Amino acid sequence: MTGATQESPQTGTGPLLRPGNTNCGGCGMSIALNVLGRALEGRSIQMVVPACCAIVTVGSYPASAYGVPLVSSTFASAAAVGTGLARAARMNGDPTRVVCWAGDGGTYDIGMAAVSAAAERNEDLLYVCYDNEIYGNTGGQRSSATPPGARTTTTPHGKLQEKKDILAIMAAHRIPYVASLSLAHLDDATRKMQKALDLEGFRFLHLLTPCPTGWKSEPAEGIELVRQAVSSGLYPVYEVESDGRVVINVEPDMSDDTLARYFAAQGRFRKGQVVLERVRASIDASWKTLRLRASNGEDDDRDA
Amino acid sequence: MTVELLTANHASATAATLAGRANRNARGFGGGLYPITPQSESIEFLCKQDFDKGELVRVESEHSAMAVCMGMSLAGVRTFTASSANGLAYMIENVYAAAFYRLPIVMMAVNRTLGPPWNIWLDHGDTLMLRDTGWIQFYCEDNQEVFDSIVLAYRLGEDERLLLPVLVCQGAFVLSHTMMQTDIPSQDDVDAFLPDLRLPHQVTDRAIAVGSLDRPRETEVHRKQHAEAMNRTWAVYTEVQDAFEERFGRRPADPVVPYRMEDAEIALLSMGTTAATVRRAVDRAREQGVKVGALRIRMFRPFPEAILRQHLAPCTRVGVIDRDISLGLGGVLWSETRGTAAPSAVVQSYMAGLGGGDVRPEHVLSLLADLRSRDTAGEPAFVETGS
Repeated sequence: MTGATQESPQTGTGPLLRPGNTNCGGCGMSIALNVLGRALEGRSIQMVVPACCAIVTVGSYPASAYGVPLVSSTFASAAAVGTGLARAARMNGDPTRVVCWAGDGGTYDIGMAAVSAAAERNEDLLYVCYDNEIYGNTGGQRSSATPPGARTTTTPHGKLQEKKDILAIMAAHRIPYVASLSLAHLDDATRKMQKALDLEGFRFLHLLTPCPTGWKSEPAEGIELVRQAVSSGLYPVYEVESDGRVVINVEPDMSDDTLARYFAAQGRFRKGQVVLERVRASIDASWKTLRLRASNGEDDDRDA
Repeated sequence: MTVELLTANHASATAATLAGRANRNARGFGGGLYPITPQSESIEFLCKQDFDKGELVRVESEHSAMAVCMGMSLAGVRTFTASSANGLAYMIENVYAAAFYRLPIVMMAVNRTLGPPWNIWLDHGDTLMLRDTGWIQFYCEDNQEVFDSIVLAYRLGEDERLLLPVLVCQGAFVLSHTMMQTDIPSQDDVDAFLPDLRLPHQVTDRAIAVGSLDRPRETEVHRKQHAEAMNRTWAVYTEVQDAFEERFGRRPADPVVPYRMEDAEIALLSMGTTAATVRRAVDRAREQGVKVGALRIRMFRPFPEAILRQHLAPCTRVGVIDRDISLGLGGVLWSETRGTAAPSAVVQSYMAGLGGGDVRPEHVLSLLADLRSRDTAGEPAFVETGS
């Protein structure tokens, strides 16, 4: 009757991401949504999506491309609107779990304060960041998740700065669960998605989601790109338990050839400032820290 | 009913507590809370209350405070928050969003000067910044009115014919930190006055999307529905006044409160606590035989244009006293009311008490003298009251 709402078939009767949506071909975020959808297996969720590609996915009123209840929040507010829904559910004994689904802009940048605060309060939220390393639906501008060397519409000569280590930032909040998920390792990704769905408190998941439009890459090669990022060591796949214990889920082979193929396959890195030796040094440094954290030994310092 | 000595901050939190508990058999009560001078005592008081079914979230910003209220309200919870000045400026994106989602959230605002430079004193510019957000706005004159307005705001905003958020404004320090005798009804009476909140578009387990993409024709329809709901406020407010009077034995003030207007040729318009000073000045001028009256605008949104037109029809001179300024124009109340006077009337803007200056009866009498000396309206006039 009022507002932008739309009645649609009952939850659980179809896919989470319905056919006919208008997402770009090869959209990594769409694949990530399917990972979530398959992981549900009858679990009841409410989604909160801030202003980002995933809200454009909903489509024009009164249609919805999502097979679950969804609330569209302002850009910075996914974690705070999610807090309200989750508290209401707890207070009323509703069986639903609340899932915030936000991009890197809404997480690393404009939403950082709200995400950090919700984590500090240990709200009962599953927060998923799909990271396409760019402001996607505004035309491909740099974010603090954009990697060095990547050309964007606001860094035409390539970004100079490193991307934030969002997993370390979130782990420093000492929340029940932090994990990175690879779209090329679906069994591991599904297991972690389900684990995160069932835990209590604030859980943070991160997915590297190729954006062919912004990355200037072949739509069909997205999953292969993620596989290259994982095996070259560029994208570590690991989880951090509530006690700070780090578990590395996929061992990289640290191949320089794979790393070179990853960069060569993406137009955003052409004519940029990518120096492979420098990237390799940065990868080695972050793995050294990660190994220390995973060693479970006396040197284990989760905030290192 | 008990009489308590309360500041407006404590009166507002007491009202929210009673209204919140009244929803305990439905989806409960909650809100996001963030402190700002001079509102802090309101949320501190609220955090000390016990609720059978309540969730108060101490958030990291006003922007998130309103976002938490939105999430809760969408889940059918009765919600409250409070803010002031720069806090409202920081919150404003979600102030709009709450209204566009037609959520009956109630917010108390302490009117305070926007900065920097920092000034914590009374000025109406902060909530007037929110005038186009689609919220109902009340401006209160004393602490009883603050209490009553918050209680009735839930019944008003939650009415299925409206589904609108309500902003209840009170003045920094003049009310927020000033104790006054305030009648506090029993929980039973508040329970009887406030039905359980039933939000028709509550988010449940149905696969609905609240907020997708609107094309121009959908936005046109959504705005029109919103505007029509604002227009229905007049009729619903009268019903709420009747019900409130029947339950609590006192009648909440009308959208426009006239004072000695029966034979007035001159009208002085104001909002909030300024109106009490204006009445004092009107009494003194009346002693001198000046046919002057006063109008206090209590409800600013929806704007009481028809009521003002009626009151102002016989007046030849109208002085509009603003505790705010729209830079590059003049007083906001003046700019909105000047078209409601008779075409031949002199309607003059006076900006008095900007930044919390102490507006005294002599200031009002001097601007009244100025108004009486005018044949035509002039530039908006600054009345210096600060010290």
